[in-house]
Parts: sequence; C-alpha cells; structure tokens
Amino acid sequence: MNKHLKMDERQSDVLADMAQGTVGRELARSEGPLKVSGRAVYAAESGDGTEAVGVLVRATIANGRVASIDAGDALALEGVLRVITDSRMVRRPAQGTANGAPAQDTSQVDHFGQPVALVVADTFEQARHAAHLLDIRYGVETADIDPETAREVETPEGKRLEQGAFDTAMDDAAASIDAIYTTPSQSAAPMEPHAALARWDGDRLTLHGAYQMLKYNRNELADALGIHPDNVRIVSRYVGGGFGSKLGIGPEAVAAAIAARAIGRPVRVVMSRAQVFEMTSRRSETWQRVRLAADRDGRLTAIGHDARVSNLPGEAFSEPVQIATHFLYGGASRHYETRIARLNRTCAGSMRAPGEAVGMLALENAMDELAHHLGLDPVELRLRNIPERHPENGKPFSSRGLADCLTTGADLFGWNRRNTRPGAKREGEWLVGLGMASAARSNILSEAQARVRLNTDGTATVETDMTDIGTGTYSILGQVAGEMLGLAPEDVTVELGDTAFPPGSGSGGSWGAGSVGSAVFLACQDLRAALAARLGCDPGEMTLKDGVATVSNRQTRLSDLVDEAMEATGHIEPGDTKQEMQQAAFGAHFAEVAVNSVTGETRVRRMLGVFAAGRILNLKTARSQCFGGMIFGIGAALTENLVHDPRDGHVVNRDLAEYHIPVNLDVPRLDVAFLEERDPWANPIQTKGIGELGISGAGAAVTNAIFNATGIRVRDYPVTLDKLLPGLPG
Amino acid sequence: MSKIHVSTTVNGDPVEFLADPRESLLDCLRNHLDLTGTKEGCGTGDCGACSVTLDGTLVCSCLVLGVEADGKSVGTIEGMATGAELHPLQRKFIEHAALQCGFCTPGILVAAKALLEQNDNPSESEIRYWLAGNLCRCTGYDKIVRAVMDAAAEIRGAA
Repeated sequence: MNKHLKMDERQSDVLADMAQGTVGRELARSEGPLKVSGRAVYAAESGDGTEAVGVLVRATIANGRVASIDAGDALALEGVLRVITDSRMVRRPAQGTANGAPAQDTSQVDHFGQPVALVVADTFEQARHAAHLLDIRYGVETADIDPETAREVETPEGKRLEQGAFDTAMDDAAASIDAIYTTPSQSAAPMEPHAALARWDGDRLTLHGAYQMLKYNRNELADALGIHPDNVRIVSRYVGGGFGSKLGIGPEAVAAAIAARAIGRPVRVVMSRAQVFEMTSRRSETWQRVRLAADRDGRLTAIGHDARVSNLPGEAFSEPVQIATHFLYGGASRHYETRIARLNRTCAGSMRAPGEAVGMLALENAMDELAHHLGLDPVELRLRNIPERHPENGKPFSSRGLADCLTTGADLFGWNRRNTRPGAKREGEWLVGLGMASAARSNILSEAQARVRLNTDGTATVETDMTDIGTGTYSILGQVAGEMLGLAPEDVTVELGDTAFPPGSGSGGSWGAGSVGSAVFLACQDLRAALAARLGCDPGEMTLKDGVATVSNRQTRLSDLVDEAMEATGHIEPGDTKQEMQQAAFGAHFAEVAVNSVTGETRVRRMLGVFAAGRILNLKTARSQCFGGMIFGIGAALTENLVHDPRDGHVVNRDLAEYHIPVNLDVPRLDVAFLEERDPWANPIQTKGIGELGISGAGAAVTNAIFNATGIRVRDYPVTLDKLLPGLPG
Repeated sequence: MSKIHVSTTVNGDPVEFLADPRESLLDCLRNHLDLTGTKEGCGTGDCGACSVTLDGTLVCSCLVLGVEADGKSVGTIEGMATGAELHPLQRKFIEHAALQCGFCTPGILVAAKALLEQNDNPSESEIRYWLAGNLCRCTGYDKIVRAVMDAAAEIRGAA
C-alpha cells in the first residue's frame, strides 16, 4: 500500500482530530537510554574487530600537483598493508544534496590540508606512524589565499537584484545606514569526527558512516567508485552531530571503500580532529555591506545587502547571506550583489543555517544601528517594517508569527528595563546591556518516503533511511505514527539510518521533521483506511487510542484486528505551495550581556528565544534544537574564528583548544518559548523547520547587547575583547 | 613493535590485554576490551569525550597510555548503570534533555559522577567549572547543569 501527496494545496489539520495525544508532548528522546550508557553505536565502532585502519595523509601545499609519493619507508614498517593513491579518491566533501561525486583525483591539490593518500595498516598506531614517513613531492603553483586579493572573483548575474530606485532612496532618506560587516571562516565542529567503515561482500559495499543524507550519500559514493548505487548500502544509525559538515560523503568514505576493496578486508577511516577542521567543509568568511534607508518614522524605503564570500574554484555553493533579507522587512527599493572569490582554502559548504547564520548578524546589527540613529526602540523599528507580502515577488506568507514573537519576547524578557542610552548601566567593573534581533529561516519541504508496519501484536514499526544526528528524529517519527495509529510511544519502534529502508529526506535544511514526518503521516493514513475497511466504516468514524479501535460503541483491539502485518509507504513531494507561498519560520532573540570595562571580556548573562515554527511535535527536542542554535549564535558572536595562515591558507587553529566553540562556562541560563502556530501550506502535519531557526539572528542579539552595554559597535566578527578594549572607559 | 601485557581492573572486573606501547588507554578500551562507550572527540585532551576515571581520578583517556593502566582501576561509562538500572545522573540527563547527538554524553556523565563523588552538593558554579572541559556542540549546556544538580539532590535524598 502506498500513499503519495504532492503539496499543491493547503492541508487540513488531520493530526488535531487524533485521540492519542502524543504529538506535541514533552517526551524524552527515545534513544536516550542507549546514549547515556554508551551503547549507541556510531560509525567508528561499528566493525567487528577484523578491520584494518586507514589514516588520511594531507597535502602541505596550497595549490599544485602531487609529483611523486615515495612510500618505501612507510611500507617497510611492521603492519603497514598499503598506501592508497587512486584517481577515484575525492579531494573534498560533496555538497549537500549533490547526489554525485565531489572533485576527484587527489593528485591535484586545491588547498593545504586536502587528502592526498591513505595509509592502511593493521592498527591505527602503525598507520599513523607510516603516514608521517611518506615522502611527498609537489609541483607548486601560485595560490590565492586572501579574498581581498584573489585573482578570480565572480559576480554571478543570478545573485544580483535591483528593484526600484535604490540610490535615490538612499539619498532622500531621513535616516540611513551604510555599514560593512565581516565574519570569519567557521567550522561546524561536530563532536563526532567524520568516520567511515567499509566492508565488501563480493561486489556489494556496506559503509557505516557518519552522514546526514543517506539517499544522496549512496549516489555520491557509488558515483565516486564508479559502481551502481544498488551495490552500495550506507548505514548511519547514530551520528554524533553534523551541522552541515556531514551532508555529503567525504574523503574518508571513498578512501575506506577503495582500500577495503584493495586489501580484501574491511577498513576503518576516522578523521583526526585536525583533519575535521582541514578536510570537512567550512562556512565561508563573509564581507557584507548593508544599506538601509528609512523615513522619519523608521519605515524602510530601501534595503541593500551586498556580499563577498569565497569557495574553491569550481564549487557551485556560495554562502547565501541575503536569504532572509529578501523577505524579512519591507522597503520598496532593494539592491543585492554577491561576489565569489575563488580561493585555495578548505571547501566552503553549508553549515547550520547557511545564509541566515551570518547574514542576519549583519542585517540585524544594521537594524539596531538604524534604531539607535532614529532614537527608536529596536523592537518597534522591526514591528514597523514587517511587510504585508514578500517585498520582492508579492507572495503571501504561509504563516508568520514575527510580530507576536517580538512583542511576547519583549514582555517575557523585561525589555522595557533596557537603557536606551548605551554605556549607561554599570555594575562595578561590568557594563550591562540588552540587545535583540529578529529570527527568520526559510522553510523547505523535501521529497521523502517512510514505511510503517502495523504488527500483529498491535505495535508499529517505522522505517526510513532518514538520520537522527541528535535532532530527535527517532522520537518525533514515533510520535507521529503513535498519534495516527493510537499507540503509546513505547509501542512504536523507529528504525533509521539505513539505505535498505525507503529514502527519507535526510537531515539538513531544517526539513527533516516536516518532510519525513509527513511521509510517516501519509503511511499511517493509508493504514487507518485499511483498518477502517476491516471494521466496515469510514476512517473518520474510527478512533484509535491506546491500541484500541473504537467505532460507535464497538471496541476492537488492534492486535485482534491485525492478523497479518500490514504495511504502507508514505511519499511526500513539494508542489505548488512551494512556489505560491513564502514559507519561513520566525522568531525573536533577546540577550543580556555584561562587558568588563577593564578587560573587555563579554559574558552573556541570559538569553531568550521566542519562536513560531508551526506545530511543535515534541517540546523537549524542539527546545533543545533552539538552545543549540542559540549557543552557536553565542559562539559566532564572541569566539568562533577559523584562522587561515596568510601564506598558504592552512588552518592555524585546527583543534578544539584554539577554535573556540562555547563551553559550559560561556553559556548561561537560556530560555525558549514557542508560540502556538500551524502552517497548512507547509506540509500535512503543519510544522516548519526548527533546527536552524535558533541560530538565525542569535549572535546579533548578543552583539547588539554589547553595543547597548558599551556604546561600541564592532562590525568585525567575532567580538573579542581586543576589539572592545580601545573604546572602553576602563 | 613488541606488545606489553597489561593487567588492570575495569569497572570492577579484572582484565588483561596486550597493548602496543604507543596505544592510548582510550584505544585500548575501545579496541581490546570492546568498551566503545568512551568516545574520541579530539585526541588531544581538549573535549572531554573520552573521560574515564583512573584510580578514582578523572582523566582524558586519550592522554593516558594503555600501559599506564597496569595495576590500576579504570571506570568507564559502561560501569555506571547497575545492571539494567540507570544511575540517577543517567536518568536525569534523559529527563532534562541534557543530550542530543549523544557523542559527548558518556564523557560528561563520567565527569559529573566524579564530581559528585567528591562533592555531593555542588553549586551551579562548581558544576560549570568542573564541566568546562567537556565540550558539547548540540545541547545547550544549561540543561546539563540542571541535570547534574537534580541528580545530586536525588542522591543526597536517598543517602
């Protein structure tokens, strides 16, 4: 049985009519017991002990070719099995949803730190020792390291937009802002290093890997190896975070597969932390010019957002920093332009909320600057500029709780206690300030399938190749199925992360819950129809709750009704509602910071995020997603900075001691509130994406609070103490 | 390279294994004893994912050689629950949603347990300082702190 839905029109809220009451509850994650006891199996530990170990070897030039590799000394070491150089090996990870191999042939070097070989040995210690003994000679070519001086800078026509009379609007404005903001390269830095374990059975490859989007990953790996996707199975049952860096297959997967084939034995390749920083995708550094023009009342008349980002030559991805600027605020005249510098730096790709995460730092700082300039409350300025429709294409919004988030957040946070005069509140050595920012993240539906089986004992099993990278997928899919089939959470088993199951959407773009959740929903609708047919009624006349089907006064246990397991596959696809409606989740961030007037140290004291993201499937896991995003925002605002050496582009701070993600001491009490909302245009379960909403705008709330505390506006991220010190009163 | 015989106690059980003298305790636990609950997040002692106790002292097992465990007692995440019954810290972590991807979780739990064994009533600040070396990229550290405080209260109540 199959049920297919193309989202061509608004959907009624079927879940609201269900009786189980599982969806929306604050349920603890179902796989929690496995994770707290160390029994959840991640890629690196999925072998049986027979596998050999591969260590990737990095290039030590920025641009050129590998002229020769002398592996004699390495191969002479005890336990060393093979040194692999193969034209199929990939130089960089695949971009999200690439569906094909990334750049192959590691004899060409595009950036310092790129893989050029794999050393395989019986043990890790042997392989690592041997890796140091390779004598690699290069033909070095001139490299471009600095975006300011790059020889090749593209200005794609498709990333240019001019609407109205922009320059005139700027000239005629009662108030205007024209400011340049810069953000550095960042690294997703998931706690689990990227890992792959490859095993061949004849022509069939099974790869346990740490990946986010298996249906694409399978095609990417098959394409790289030159084999049919039917011969590739990828398993990722538990993934230790990804944040975009595990969207596509990486060098570790292809190298492990090639090596395992070559030596006739399973091979495990786990990146060192240094390699995670050098070989997995980074978020591009950005240069952003934001221009705002407003009338005397603070109504925007023009908005401009230009950018320069970078990537390797030939990569199609560029950090889309203007993504929220297009629809968040009104203003008749608009101007956008993006330049892409071609650099020999680690490949740039999607990191949590590509676009919004750094684009909204600039936009929301500029709005704060405008509010200050106009002497207007920053919340009020935003409320005055919420457009009726999409200001560039006129599309209506599918749902938009922005105004409610702003006003509710202001109330909950005590925004009225903010000093309007920056630098005016002092507690001993500490200058205290409040800041806020809007949050917006585009909502996307992605094609997905899931299979649901109703077992003869009245329990259900959900199967899809969807991954749970920490987001809560195991829990929410069980809740959707439980709600539709009238089953308690413990009576639904969710099996994920295996390409042997129907292809889900993958985890990324915040589309997982809405897409795969809808596929599960559709499969269950089909099962409900089949159950109703057995009971001789319409599905609408049947109530399913606690494993019992009730029709009028007649009650039948599901275990009595299902004599042979019943199975259905749900299949959702985006349709007309994608083109016809502007879909996004919205929110508002509020932050209180204290800046030490002597040392320049910034401490975030408290933070609140208020979000409207359609139906919330599980309060607990949704809130965690928002916390995580807000903490990424704190990192972007204050500490995260992937430093490239100006001579050869190598990542200088390629460890967690020097790439500063927020730690326990950096993160104060955080609060998250959700507004009640449904989005009938998004998908049949009426959710919107949430995984990236929490980071969008979060860092700007922190830096706006720094301005309120000190009167110093730092436009060069991150706002470290050295940038504040010169302006502090001491 | 010739291997060295190591006799040690892990989670109360006497064990023996042959270690390459270059091998970290972390790799010995994972590769020789099949105790894969302890994770490698960095290999350089920065992230705390590999936290274990060595004779009761909290250490990063990636910074300890396997051979150093000879004659000592090692405590890992696998020894935290009593049979099927989870330790209060483990239960409270689930309850407070103090984990997401779960990769840093075993190390944080082992570190938190080591704290509570020397201080059964830590302040919020003491917990934050104690766990400052246990990195997490998903969850929101605040919930971890709440979970530890709640577990400490429960353990004190039961004592």
